Amino acid sequence: MTALTLRGALNAALRRALEDDPKVVLLGEDIGTLGGVFRVTDGLQRDFGADRVMDTPLAEAGIVGTAVGLAYRGYRPVVEIQFDGFVFPAFDQLVTQVARLHHRTGGAIRMPITVRIPYGGGIGAVEHHSESPEAYFAHTPGLRVVTCADPQDAHTLLRQAIACDDPVIFFEPKRRYWVKGEVDDVIDASTAPMDAARVVVPGTDVTLVAYGPLVMTARDVALAAADDGISVEVVDLRSLSPIDLATVEASVRRTGRLVITHEAQQHGGLGAEIAASITERCFYHLEAPPVRVTGFDVPYPAAKLEEHFLPDLDRILDAVDRVLGREHSLSGWRG
Amino acid sequence: MLRSELRPDVTPHTSPASAEHVAAPGDAVPRPTSPAPGPAPGPGAGPAPVQLLAPDGTRRTDPEHDPWVADLDDDRLVALYEDMVVVRRLDFEATALQRQGQLGLWPPLLGQEAAQVGSARALRPDDFVFSSYRENAVAWCRGVSTTDLVRVWKGTAATGWDPRAVGMATPTIIIGAQTLHATGYAIGCAKDGVDSVAVAYFGDGATSEGDVHEAMVFAASYRAPVVFFCQNNQWAISEPVGLQARRPVADRAPGYGIPSVRVDGNDVLAVTAVTRVALDRARTGGGPTFVEAVTYRRGPHTTSDDPTRYVDPAVHEQWVALDPIARVERYLASRGRLTDELTGAVTARADAAAAEMRAGCHGLEPPPPLSVFDHVYTTPTSWLERQRSQYAAYLAMFDEDSADGAAPGGARGTDARGGDR
Ligand SMILES: Cc1ncc(C[n+]2csc(CCOP(=O)(O)OP(=O)(O)O)c2C)c(N)n1
Repeated sequence: MTALTLRGALNAALRRALEDDPKVVLLGEDIGTLGGVFRVTDGLQRDFGADRVMDTPLAEAGIVGTAVGLAYRGYRPVVEIQFDGFVFPAFDQLVTQVARLHHRTGGAIRMPITVRIPYGGGIGAVEHHSESPEAYFAHTPGLRVVTCADPQDAHTLLRQAIACDDPVIFFEPKRRYWVKGEVDDVIDASTAPMDAARVVVPGTDVTLVAYGPLVMTARDVALAAADDGISVEVVDLRSLSPIDLATVEASVRRTGRLVITHEAQQHGGLGAEIAASITERCFYHLEAPPVRVTGFDVPYPAAKLEEHFLPDLDRILDAVDRVLGREHSLSGWRG
Repeated sequence: MLRSELRPDVTPHTSPASAEHVAAPGDAVPRPTSPAPGPAPGPGAGPAPVQLLAPDGTRRTDPEHDPWVADLDDDRLVALYEDMVVVRRLDFEATALQRQGQLGLWPPLLGQEAAQVGSARALRPDDFVFSSYRENAVAWCRGVSTTDLVRVWKGTAATGWDPRAVGMATPTIIIGAQTLHATGYAIGCAKDGVDSVAVAYFGDGATSEGDVHEAMVFAASYRAPVVFFCQNNQWAISEPVGLQARRPVADRAPGYGIPSVRVDGNDVLAVTAVTRVALDRARTGGGPTFVEAVTYRRGPHTTSDDPTRYVDPAVHEQWVALDPIARVERYLASRGRLTDELTGAVTARADAAAAEMRAGCHGLEPPPPLSVFDHVYTTPTSWLERQRSQYAAYLAMFDEDSADGAAPGGARGTDARGGDR
């Protein structure tokens, strides 16, 4: 066990992957000498060489398209997209090529590509640096989409993603890069397969589903609610495609109430998917309609307004009140 | 004129030079994954760019370009000099404001003053600029106010100015996207039968993006009156230009049927001349031109960047010696124009602009919370109106709570909300 930041845990996972498998190659802008703008690849080019850790020209379609060719050739490319908002030039390659090649070739070809994307807001950045584009990818069959919430899980999930024979979009909650935690280098895939959700805070009154950057906020919600005698169970999804609905369902069957939170905009987002799926599965166990606490359906705002866009402790607590039918809740929100 | 008659003007720019990053035809093909070329090349790399003012301030004769700047007498050169001093001062001021926590980020343009001022001052008001984030000197020349220059970087707005009011689009952070916008605008000008020109500013790194290549395809196909103005400042964050292009970036354009030129980007006179040539070609139906202004980014990529990780101090010093402002000063001194009176007046002008920027920056307030919902659509949707009214009710709840002494979030909230919003 070592105490690492989330960013350090990712770096250690990349290092292990490079050591363990000569077919693993890293590609991205500024990942070499600079070690990436968030330093996630710090020191890797120095230690593994520029053949394994490749600084690429500024061309996201080029990076991902090249990764496809490398995968055809038997490599396992791990791509860094510098910021969430810059993945879109590569979107075409990801949804029309990477996602479909296994299916299109009748299983003959595998695309074990991992695409790492720092995502989400809360760092006061300028536009295109705070996006949560996970729903676009989760909507695309053939892609796996995962996100981590703490150093241990970052380490485990990234190693699982690189080992996975399917393409994985790996979202890194950039505002949590500096969070510290103990990291055990051994992956135990049997207790936490890549697509398994986990209950991070057990509770009995309300199920609160979160992922990525908001898992930490959700834990704070559970603490604050406990002060008030409310027991909130926090489920960290980890995998956003597929979603481990069985874990969410089991929790909601116990609590009878569901709140889902994500930073991404609400319309067509994962919250809608989870609410619909759980309503289908648990209709007779639900004491209240599921409630979503999300970013608003507006473009990610300028830095000085982001506190009004991002779900925070109070907005989530308010939703907890609402599913419990408590007085302080905004009854007007039902309409 | 047939398209096939559109012969790209490639002659002066394709001769391979000795520089390491310029591969001549027939050179051994590098292993595809061999390490990226080393640090950014020094000032001597690549074929000689157009230069009218030598670094020591002497005026070079250039029969092809001299006529294009024949009107630039000492007074008009002084005006360009003043612009460069002012934009450098504004750039320092903004960097200081960032260091003092007033701005979230700032992308310095130190070293690129001549490339930006020389090209921007060659434009007419009815021309239209499409830029990325570093072209604050261009924006200054277009008439953007000092406060508008810092709005986005302070985080109080998504855009700094009204594009139509100043003839400059809101900058794109997505690398290279604006080159397509410029091409489309130019096609529109041609359709309208006006002789306005669109100018796209972008970096050397941007020349790797698909958008820039597609822009050149479209511009060539439609003979669009567009000028592609690439500031090759040697770096794309930590990546040297040699990683983006194994020949001078200006060499890319001729392959698309677009004439190109390399110009000394630290020479305000030469930049003015080649930009005027390109603008004139565009105005008179000659189609697009690609300008590579060879310059150097002397500061960090942005205030978040640490160039000590990748910059070679010796190469850096070589470029510092080529300072675009010092060069004009030497020239003006040789003409007896660099008087104390002049430098005093220029400094005062720069200080005033900086003071104005600082005051403007301090005056920028965060927009009201509900403005988050503004301008998403031209007519608000029912969905968004509902979210707006719900959020308004939510915010009002804190006001009521604080009125009767309760904390936000149903008496349990622990964060700062509900305070001095
Ligand atoms: C599509 C896209 N990819 C990546 C980035 C991140 N990024 C911002 S600036 C930059 C380097 C740009 O270099 P260059 O085009 O040479 O312009 P310069 O900053 O040197 O003026 C990068 C990689 C981005 N903004 N957009």
